[in-house]
Amino acid sequence: MKVFVQRLIDDKVGLFGLIGILLVVLLALLAPLIAPYKPDTMFTEHVLEGPSSQFLFGTDEFGRDIFSRIIYGAQVSLQVGLIAVGIGAIGGLILGLISGYFQGKVDQVIMRVMDVFFAFPDILLALTIIAVLGPNLTNTMIAIGIVFMPVFTRLVRSAVMTVKENEYITNAQAIGVRPSLIIVRHITPNIMAPFIVQITLALSGAILTEAALSFLGLGVQPPNPSWGVMLNDARTYMEFAPWTILFPAVAIVMTIFCFNLLGDSLRDLLDPKLKQ
Amino acid sequence: MREVQNVLEVKNLKKHFPIKGGVLKRTQGYVKAVDDISFAVKENETFSLVGESGCGKSTTGRAILRLHEPTEGEVLFKGDNLLDVGKRSFRLMRKDMQLIFQDPFSSLNPRMTVKKLLMEPLLTHKLATKKEAEQKAANMIEKVGLSKEQLDCYPHEFSGGQRQRISIARALIVNPKLVILDEAVSALDVSIQSQILNLLIKLQQEFHLTYIFISHDLNVVKHLSDRVGVMYLGQMMELATTDKLYENPLHPYTQALLSAIPSIDPKEKKERVILQGDVPDPSDPPTGCPFQLRCPMAHERCAEEKPRFIEKEEDHWVACHLYEE
Repeated sequence: MKVFVQRLIDDKVGLFGLIGILLVVLLALLAPLIAPYKPDTMFTEHVLEGPSSQFLFGTDEFGRDIFSRIIYGAQVSLQVGLIAVGIGAIGGLILGLISGYFQGKVDQVIMRVMDVFFAFPDILLALTIIAVLGPNLTNTMIAIGIVFMPVFTRLVRSAVMTVKENEYITNAQAIGVRPSLIIVRHITPNIMAPFIVQITLALSGAILTEAALSFLGLGVQPPNPSWGVMLNDARTYMEFAPWTILFPAVAIVMTIFCFNLLGDSLRDLLDPKLKQ
Repeated sequence: MREVQNVLEVKNLKKHFPIKGGVLKRTQGYVKAVDDISFAVKENETFSLVGESGCGKSTTGRAILRLHEPTEGEVLFKGDNLLDVGKRSFRLMRKDMQLIFQDPFSSLNPRMTVKKLLMEPLLTHKLATKKEAEQKAANMIEKVGLSKEQLDCYPHEFSGGQRQRISIARALIVNPKLVILDEAVSALDVSIQSQILNLLIKLQQEFHLTYIFISHDLNVVKHLSDRVGVMYLGQMMELATTDKLYENPLHPYTQALLSAIPSIDPKEKKERVILQGDVPDPSDPPTGCPFQLRCPMAHERCAEEKPRFIEKEEDHWVACHLYEE
């Protein structure tokens, strides 16, 4: 573990990603202390004003401070991104491992269910799940998680099937290692590379899907801010008030960028072959 | 003198792989990878299985260990039929029989250090606490000619020969009775091969091991084994002590194989028996003797009737009509 931290510190790119993410997390946690205004305070005489010393990132159509809303929005977007992807990734990992390792009937059942999920467009599927569970932020996260699960399941399954062909798996069987331990000890570490990359990709997808669901009134309820909601609201005004869309977009892009950098370097750090 | 016991007895072992095809994945036929072979392995000896690629020698090794579940037959290990044991209990019995693989590059998990690789078998069978296992791993790695400092390295930091030493250490650390070496030296350079072979011989004496040595390299087999079985198309053609087999091969197939060994003496005139054609498709083997299509001595009877496996001389078995009365 010590060695691992040391190597992460030595890897400048990964460290940059990690610091960026920590910064966003800190921003989200300390939002009430950092934000100059409350996210829902309306300054009716300053509607759609450009950036100034009073309003750092300008104001939106209701005269709310965009800077404050972005900081508060980080809370929601991070939560949705991490929890939804967490649900999808962990669920997909477990199902994919079972499916890929045991194959046969279990595999058929799991993959056919996943095919059904795949058949629906993301938003439609999420809508259905939310309709069943009821519209609130927690259920939105669960819904996005379920929507992402088939992608992870398929990815993990195919990676498992490749890794399983290696003789070290047969070797472990010949030694008498339990199937559950073969999966945990010999297969899982060897499928991490594509899995981590998929996680970083899914994070951006989750933040954007949350935006779309919030737009339909099924995610974050107004006037609470999330980056996705801000992006959606700003579409109408972006031609003459570009700051309304620019800053939330930059926030999303930078956060995802940091996650991608960290993901890339994690993938390399977890591979002993790339160690110097 | 005490009668030497059979550690392993294989009786009428068969392994048929189904061929599935078509839209409905119906079974359309079977590849008879191992078709009715029997042999016994005595305590402390090295028994070799030789034959061309695809003759079923590796499958035999894996069927004995139930890595491929055998279709039919019996595998008696110290008198107990392994095929009657439930999967769970068999997992615990694996301690006594280990397998060493051909390819040292894919047979070790790249994400585990040597120490973890060596400790895993011990901890799996609860033969030691973590501390003892670490100690044993350190002892074992020196036995196979590597050093303790290398315990924290990953497999990719080693050469092929060194990795094979790690594989050997990993197999022997649980003190098995029987070790199946599946082409264990075929992937190595000739100079490294001899080192590994000598190591195997040394360890066999030290730990009183019984080896089943699967190979296509007839020189290596001659050097190492006490008895040799020759396989062709999933069946045993000839089985004899090493001396008898190399001095006086009975089966035309064995004669052809042995005539193909290159000699180091350029003046030595050798009569090569060159076989015609390819090995037949194991999903559609010829009737009668499996070798009849390529056999220089084939006659009518060979196409009609499958030869029985008979003991022609003492300790010299052969399946060929030439030797049947």
